[in-house]
Amino acid sequence: MRGSFLWVALCVGAAGALAMLVLYDREISPAFSQEALRPANSFARITDVRTRSIALFVEAGKVLQHPRCVNCHPSTERPRQTDSRRLHLPLVVRGADGHGAPGMRCTTCHHSDNFDSAGIPGNEHWGLAPQSMAWEGRSLGQICEQLKDPARTGNRDLAAILKHVVTDSLVLWAWSPGRGRNPAPGTNAQFGELLRGWAESGAHCPTP
Amino acid sequence: MAYTIKINGAAHTVDVDGDTALLWILRDVLGLTGTKFGCGVGQCGACTVLMDGKPLRSCSMPISALATAEIVTIEGVTGREADAVQKAWIAHDVPQCGYCQSGQVISTIALLKEIRKPTDDDIDLAMNGNICRCGTYVRIRAAIHDAARTLAT
Repeated sequence: MRGSFLWVALCVGAAGALAMLVLYDREISPAFSQEALRPANSFARITDVRTRSIALFVEAGKVLQHPRCVNCHPSTERPRQTDSRRLHLPLVVRGADGHGAPGMRCTTCHHSDNFDSAGIPGNEHWGLAPQSMAWEGRSLGQICEQLKDPARTGNRDLAAILKHVVTDSLVLWAWSPGRGRNPAPGTNAQFGELLRGWAESGAHCPTP
Repeated sequence: MAYTIKINGAAHTVDVDGDTALLWILRDVLGLTGTKFGCGVGQCGACTVLMDGKPLRSCSMPISALATAEIVTIEGVTGREADAVQKAWIAHDVPQCGYCQSGQVISTIALLKEIRKPTDDDIDLAMNGNICRCGTYVRIRAAIHDAARTLAT
């Protein structure tokens, strides 16, 4: 009887330890996971142009609303981190130019490339999107309208946006985010094709 | 691979892997142990040094990315700001255990170079990445204001 009790206690203890180990591992080193994107040409069967345009944007929205993108398009002054989108630690703010406050600039920790040994992501343009391009908490329809409004995109028209999303190294970073971070869905090329298809079909937006 | 880096005004050639953090070059190769290891992931500020006059977490910087940057550690800080901060730190008896203090001092010098008369908000935003387990934050803030007053005279 006593032996059975000890055996059960050992099993329960081992299971608990294993659960803690798994949770700990997930916290510091989440398993690699990447969502797929449907290719733009798979939407060709949708004959109604407006419906096709919206469907293409909704697919591209899987990238736009992914944590790798939204975390640095905050609606507040503070960026977020990780797939759970918690507030950035340590506390940092957008600052006057999108690169932090005096004495606590992004470059205090973030440099031109990911530094996996310290778990710190990097890119030469590291910084926050301007407040006018905040995506956090916005619907896809609202993000769509933002992208079409040059007053909010830094005077970029749709052609410039389409170029930006496939050439800007900070956008491209979302698919090479360094060890321990899940990349944005699909590939950057697929994302670019989806947005191109959306623009060429009239750039219609989902209902905000 | 050999890298030549500029630390406290002197050039040093070190033979290390390119992904070695500057922190470990300072401490293990050059013996500049005033810069402390705290967390190794840019969360605590104990390893802060100046890079071209701006604060840098030395644990976050691989030597391969340093290029021609000029690094100043706690052993090499000089000038009006450093003198004012040292005087204020002593006057307010800021350190308790002292482990985080080289990072706190470096961050303060960088802040005062950029903002001559920082407000409490300026101080909070610039210094919140420098953690002090002894909780000397009240004395740190008072000493920064004191150093700013010294610099204004």
